[in-house]
Amino acid sequence: MSSGNGSLVSVRNLKKYFPVIRGTIIQRHVGDIKAVDDVSFDILKGETLGLVGETGCGKTTVGRTILRLYEPTAGEIIFEGTNLEEVVGGDLRRMRRKMQMIFQDPYASLNPRMTVGSIIAAPLEVHKVVSGKEKHDRVQELLQMVGLNPYFVNRYPHEFSGGQRQRIGIARALALNPDLIICDEPISSLDVSIQAQVVNLLEELQEQLGLTYLFIAHDLSMVRHISDRMAVMYLGKIVEITDRDEIYLNPLHPYTQALMSAVPIPDPDIIETRQRIILEGDIPNPSDPPVGCNFNTRCPVAVDICFKEEPAYLEIRAGHWTACHLVKPEGN
Amino acid sequence: MEVLLDVKNLTTRFYTDEGVVHAVNGISYAMEAGETLGVVGESGCGKTVHALSIMRLIPSPPGKIDAGEVIFDDGRDLLKLSSGDMRLVRGAEIAMVFQDPMTSLNPVFTVGTQIVEALKIHFGMTDNEARERAGELLAMVGIPAAMQRLDDYPHQFSGGMRQRAMIAMALSCDPKLLIADEPTTALDVTIQAQIVDLVRRLQAQLGMAVMWITHDLGVVAELAKKINVMYAGYIIERGDVRSIYKRTRHPYTIGLLGSLPRLDEVPGTKLVSIPGLPPDLIDLPQGCPFYARCTYRKDQCLEEMPPLEPTDDEGHIVACWRWEHVAGRDA
Repeated sequence: MSSGNGSLVSVRNLKKYFPVIRGTIIQRHVGDIKAVDDVSFDILKGETLGLVGETGCGKTTVGRTILRLYEPTAGEIIFEGTNLEEVVGGDLRRMRRKMQMIFQDPYASLNPRMTVGSIIAAPLEVHKVVSGKEKHDRVQELLQMVGLNPYFVNRYPHEFSGGQRQRIGIARALALNPDLIICDEPISSLDVSIQAQVVNLLEELQEQLGLTYLFIAHDLSMVRHISDRMAVMYLGKIVEITDRDEIYLNPLHPYTQALMSAVPIPDPDIIETRQRIILEGDIPNPSDPPVGCNFNTRCPVAVDICFKEEPAYLEIRAGHWTACHLVKPEGN
Repeated sequence: MEVLLDVKNLTTRFYTDEGVVHAVNGISYAMEAGETLGVVGESGCGKTVHALSIMRLIPSPPGKIDAGEVIFDDGRDLLKLSSGDMRLVRGAEIAMVFQDPMTSLNPVFTVGTQIVEALKIHFGMTDNEARERAGELLAMVGIPAAMQRLDDYPHQFSGGMRQRAMIAMALSCDPKLLIADEPTTALDVTIQAQIVDLVRRLQAQLGMAVMWITHDLGVVAELAKKINVMYAGYIIERGDVRSIYKRTRHPYTIGLLGSLPRLDEVPGTKLVSIPGLPPDLIDLPQGCPFYARCTYRKDQCLEEMPPLEPTDDEGHIVACWRWEHVAGRDA
């Protein structure tokens, strides 16, 4: 991991455990759900890092912990050279201007009692950036930027469709000129034809404003489309990270290979010739992960060592990291 | 091949306080025994309502099947059956699997109880026979230690296992037609691959016809033999899988395929999005419902809804006045 050079965010050994509590009067801490378990990666300036994985693998928790919406259990998050853990109170609030989030559900993430104008202006007010006429102008500008008619400023969220609401959420995230936007499943609740509209908008905005995205989603084709690099998570750990072409052409981890082969490709010719790896079983319970490699319950190629030791997270070749006993770094 | 299901001019509307919702607007098609049909379209295009109409499960009021015939198997019109006769068809001859395996199982009964119920009603089995058979069914859909798992409650099953249990329940009476309404949408991609594989295997084994309703053009490409593309309550394109994907003729289907990123795409590919939104089904335009979003439109399209016409490919029909001018995805 090239720390420092060109990275906007460096995440080091990040852990986030949610305690499991039993009992009502006498409460006992009986265990932890290891939502994120020792994860390290960098997000480079101006890139889109895609974070993929199945339900409950911890991808959303990673996003929220980077913004310190959750306090990390352990580990460091370094944003532009500042360790976020050491920042508190007003300073943290100032740091948050540079990091914004777009949420999954465009219905739940907009207050139904606020007009679109006041929703988009809210971050400007909270951070006391601009007021009065300037604020009004900024809201108009933002609406235009996301392809909505500035005339809609006094309407309420229910008057908009899902895709339009997601545009409102994007405008709100852009209001403070952030450097980093964490997009948490921004398109999964939208119809296919509307998804493409929103993804194209996100790409245009990135080009215009030089934004950096952490794009969290479970749709591999879409993540591969929008990302420069991709990280694959399984049960709280990153199992593989590399650039978008390498991960498709040359996936190293058996989980990534299975995931890639499970994605349907809408082309009858490819379907006929394609080899599918169908994993057996379900994702284990994150409060009681398997001993050794956490993928060993479903891995088609697991050997003895996988049930005893946890594999190290290694750089196999330049920029391609994975954690599997069966994959050895090149040149050794 | 023998025709199993013949839908003719099926029309379903909802009479609501806001106005009449034209959910399904006179669609016709036929399905052969053992065939897999993919019904594709976005939310609100009428794909689920059309299936519920076939099953006569439209809530009425406000819903009403205003016209059409659904000829099933040996010539019975399902829309004319008495509600008692229809109950014998549902489950036994046509079974349905729903999208959300969380809400379609009853949380207060064990999975076993829920499977056994149908067996006792339709076959008059005793408790022990039905339980034995339920265990076999769960084992057939790939649930390990099936006999023990019969006593589990739905919350003790994972999402993928619940969907397997739903499929076991649907197959319990050996139906001739299985309607699967977005059965994998709520599931993760590795689990989706398992379910698709399972349905394909069971179909080969049991020889039933499958109608797979989805918004995901990727999944049906792997499963279906024929595809119906729906938009605003109409079938706007229909044909063999290969023809639909390789020689796409309707501008909407072209748009749908273009807005779908492909895992194998080359870097720098731009998604072609369809501008605008689907029309309001209460206030459908007079002509082609896709007119407002179409890049090939002409004034003619405003006047009349185009009929389904044959294209150059056998069995491939399209509802577009200008399909011959549409630069199809010939590949």
